Amino acid sequence: MRLRYPTNIKIIKVPCSGRVAIIHMLKALEEGADGVIVAGCLEGDCHYQSGNLRAKKRVIYVQEVLEKIGMEAERVAMYNLSAGDGPRFAEIAREMTEKVKELGPSPIKNAKKLASKKSKVEVAA
Amino acid sequence: MNTTTPSKLEKILAEGHFAVTSECGPPRGVNGEVVEEKANLIKDHVDAINVTDNQTSVVRLCSLAACIRIKQMGLEPVLQMVTRDRNRIGIQSDILGAASFGIDNILCLTGDHQHFGDHPQAINVFDLDSTQLIQTVKLMRDEGQLLGGFEMKERPNMFIGAAANPFADPFEIRVARLAKKVAAGCQFIQTQCIYNMEKFKTWMQQVRDQGLHEKVAILAGLTPMKNVGMAKYMKNRVPGIDVPDEIIERLAAVPKEKQADEGIKICIEQIEELKEEEGIRGFHIMAIEWEEKVPEIVEMAGLYPRPTVEISAN
Amino acid sequence: MIMARPKPIEEIIDEIKDFNKVLIAGCDGCVTVCEAGGVKEVQVLASALRLYFTKENKRMEIDETSLTRQCDKDYLHELLDKIDDYDAIVSLACGAGVQFMAEMYRKKPIFPGVDTCFIGVTEERGVWAERCQACGQCILASTGGICPISRCSKRMLNGPCGGSEKGKCEISPDTDCGWHLIYERLKELGQLDFFAEPTDPKDWVSSRDGGPRKIVREDVRL
Ligand code: SF4
Ligand code: SF4
Repeated sequence: MRLRYPTNIKIIKVPCSGRVAIIHMLKALEEGADGVIVAGCLEGDCHYQSGNLRAKKRVIYVQEVLEKIGMEAERVAMYNLSAGDGPRFAEIAREMTEKVKELGPSPIKNAKKLASKKSKVEVAA
Repeated sequence: MNTTTPSKLEKILAEGHFAVTSECGPPRGVNGEVVEEKANLIKDHVDAINVTDNQTSVVRLCSLAACIRIKQMGLEPVLQMVTRDRNRIGIQSDILGAASFGIDNILCLTGDHQHFGDHPQAINVFDLDSTQLIQTVKLMRDEGQLLGGFEMKERPNMFIGAAANPFADPFEIRVARLAKKVAAGCQFIQTQCIYNMEKFKTWMQQVRDQGLHEKVAILAGLTPMKNVGMAKYMKNRVPGIDVPDEIIERLAAVPKEKQADEGIKICIEQIEELKEEEGIRGFHIMAIEWEEKVPEIVEMAGLYPRPTVEISAN
Repeated sequence: MIMARPKPIEEIIDEIKDFNKVLIAGCDGCVTVCEAGGVKEVQVLASALRLYFTKENKRMEIDETSLTRQCDKDYLHELLDKIDDYDAIVSLACGAGVQFMAEMYRKKPIFPGVDTCFIGVTEERGVWAERCQACGQCILASTGGICPISRCSKRMLNGPCGGSEKGKCEISPDTDCGWHLIYERLKELGQLDFFAEPTDPKDWVSSRDGGPRKIVREDVRL
């Protein structure tokens, strides 16, 4: 079965969503990601008991940080789906892409572009 | 019975009368006449008037100033003092000041936490606790010493009281707490307001088992209920107060406009019942913002007229 | 251990917004245990700050480091070589560490990155609670090993006040009554006689009330 999901998504595999730390989400945003999805197993289905619940708390933490620094909290989201549910994943990916499109590109990406342009100009001068 | 201080309250207790005390809360402002008005409402019906010290941690006109006013009316004040707001320097200083105005009674309290009051942001002091405050007054009076060791020429000659709450937890430790206060030098006790008679009597039995009733004069604390709302509030919201359901049901059973009368009636019945309880030496009637009802309660409870005692000038 | 909690990021942004190069310095001691100022927290804070300043188009370099202990000169020395690369330091150590850093690097503005709260324990992951107020004259021997100074809201020394109800303190149903705990423990230990005698007023000279405190021990001095 081949599923179509937006190609602008970069997937990073981890053994359990509980492995995703706050810093990983922040780093992704720092690198210029427009949004971050943490996809964990359904609640109650965690192989390591509570990995997905802890991931959820960390996602909430990052959302709060984003709000405090004036970025949209929705750029980070937690989804729960069962491991083999490819169609659901594709749906989530599309949903998030839509949401991020609505929000517009990450302000970090823009600022970075601007900064590198500036430094180029500086070099040229 | 011998008395140790010029206190009229002590004298009345020593002569074997039931003592009656009440209290008046000073205003949240500068109008000291409010204190005088309240005192005037009750002066013929009580032996001494407590003045609360920023009760429930709400800033009010100070207890000492209000006590001085009451003293200057020719009445008998009981200076309530909490250890929450002053350290031992301020406390001893206030005791000396009070004594200089002939204030002969002090009630030693720790005080409610400031969390409840109008300044929850305040730092608290609690340099001493209530038991240590008792020790301090006793040291000043009996040894003529300050806590720091300074020997005074003249001593504050005060009748020392404290509070006891038979209804707080752990119940098993409540008599031991009282014993400690007595050992520290406490001479009279005003209890937390009593609604749960059964529990109170269990406590009194333990008090008697230890012979404490012979060492300290216990005045039973009573607060008449104005209505069923107040009863519920006291039950649910005020820590350390035990209001049994019977009281609430009894108040709820009468129409709203009769609830105040019912509250007074309950109070009077309690006094009658407690008069029979061995070791009860008097009553402390705390009619909160309802001072005008005190005379009625005292009269109906057969505690009027108040005895007159000879006070030797000292 | 000394327990702290991360300062709100807005506050830190406000502390450093006028600089261009800032070092975030964690401490591997107590603040790591209470997850407020260790390596992990340094990373998160630095990253969030970079996000913020990048988004604001403000030139700001944020670097990260963590020292074994900031309350120790030897470890603070490790910054000697690089300290001048920075306009300011945000220290995630407890208040003592922040100050010691400031004492050593007198010309650098040093800002606190955590709120230092109390001496306490990890009751469970994510829950820290106070146990000691460093009164300098420990009385645990007579109170069943439970400290009335830190665990009674009125630091009473002669037993529970009249507000103790069902094991809880009058200030809140979420707070245990310290004296209830003491009573239960003394009973279990068969030491209730400790409770019988009034405890005299405490000498607070050894506590904060005696001014800034210092321990000098000739037996350990070099
Ligand atoms: S008695 Fe003093 S030193 Fe001992 S635990 Fe309590 S505050 Fe700390
Ligand atoms: S309820 Fe207990 S912990 Fe709270 S102030 Fe009273 S004695 Fe202390």
